[in-house]
Amino acid sequence: MPIYEIVFYVFSLVMLGGAVMVITVRNPVYAALSLVLTFFSASAIWMLLEVEFLAIILILVYVGAVMVLFLFVVMMLDINVDPLKEGFIRYLPAGIVVALLMAGELLVVMWSKGRFEAGSYPIPAASPVEYSNTKAVGELLFTEYLLAFEVAGIVLLVAIIAAVALTLRQRPGGHRQNPSLQVRVQRDERVRLVKMKPEPRQGS
Amino acid sequence: MLTLTHFLTLGALLFSLSVAGIFLNRKNVIILLMCIELMLLAVNMNFVAFSRFLGNLDGQVFVFFILTVAAAEAAIGLAILVVLFRNRQTINVTELDDLKG
Repeated sequence: MPIYEIVFYVFSLVMLGGAVMVITVRNPVYAALSLVLTFFSASAIWMLLEVEFLAIILILVYVGAVMVLFLFVVMMLDINVDPLKEGFIRYLPAGIVVALLMAGELLVVMWSKGRFEAGSYPIPAASPVEYSNTKAVGELLFTEYLLAFEVAGIVLLVAIIAAVALTLRQRPGGHRQNPSLQVRVQRDERVRLVKMKPEPRQGS
Repeated sequence: MLTLTHFLTLGALLFSLSVAGIFLNRKNVIILLMCIELMLLAVNMNFVAFSRFLGNLDGQVFVFFILTVAAAEAAIGLAILVVLFRNRQTINVTELDDLKG
């Protein structure tokens, strides 16, 4: 089945090219868009591995929410990119050397002795038509990993509250209620009793 | 035939690229955050490949949780970035030396 290999290599090249663009382009907006391309290609490769649920989640959550958030922030902040790119040439040799060393070490481990070849990790057969990856992952998620799933929900809740609390800003001159002051109000600040003599009736 | 080695190699290359990106863009916090996202993607690639080749779904559940935590991390990181820019008018890492660490 050579079509598998062709699809894999095409999407891998697009993905690595997107990653190179992310780390080299000047403009952060282009970097964010390249990252979107990288995520899309990764999602396609996960589809090849028959991991459909996570592939869809990667596009929906990552491209749809996280990367849009990145783009929002990049476009909202008026960043002067010129001083941020200085030192790019200076650190280029160090970066390349470290990346090559790291890739070399990882690849030596992976490629030597055929550790991860088909001998020790046989290629899995394609799943039957009625198999649903989403259903299988969901069953595992809601039974064995239920506690972890709920903790993940709490993590997201804390993240929401933290993000709102960090970026909340009170503008001077804005009209807003202060519940704390409202609760602490005393009777004397609102009501004033005036002692006065009774007035004689008019016209008598 | 696509063996596990292919997918692990892809993950390793992606991870090395993102490490290089952290070296190259050490002044721009936004690109640094994006490089961290790339690293997480490389890790997820390995998880997914192993999960498929071992026939074990636990790896996919783990990727699900990594995605959750990464989303929370990106949200808080960007919120900090917005506050930082509002207070300092810059996101240059070299100018953030108030703590003199």
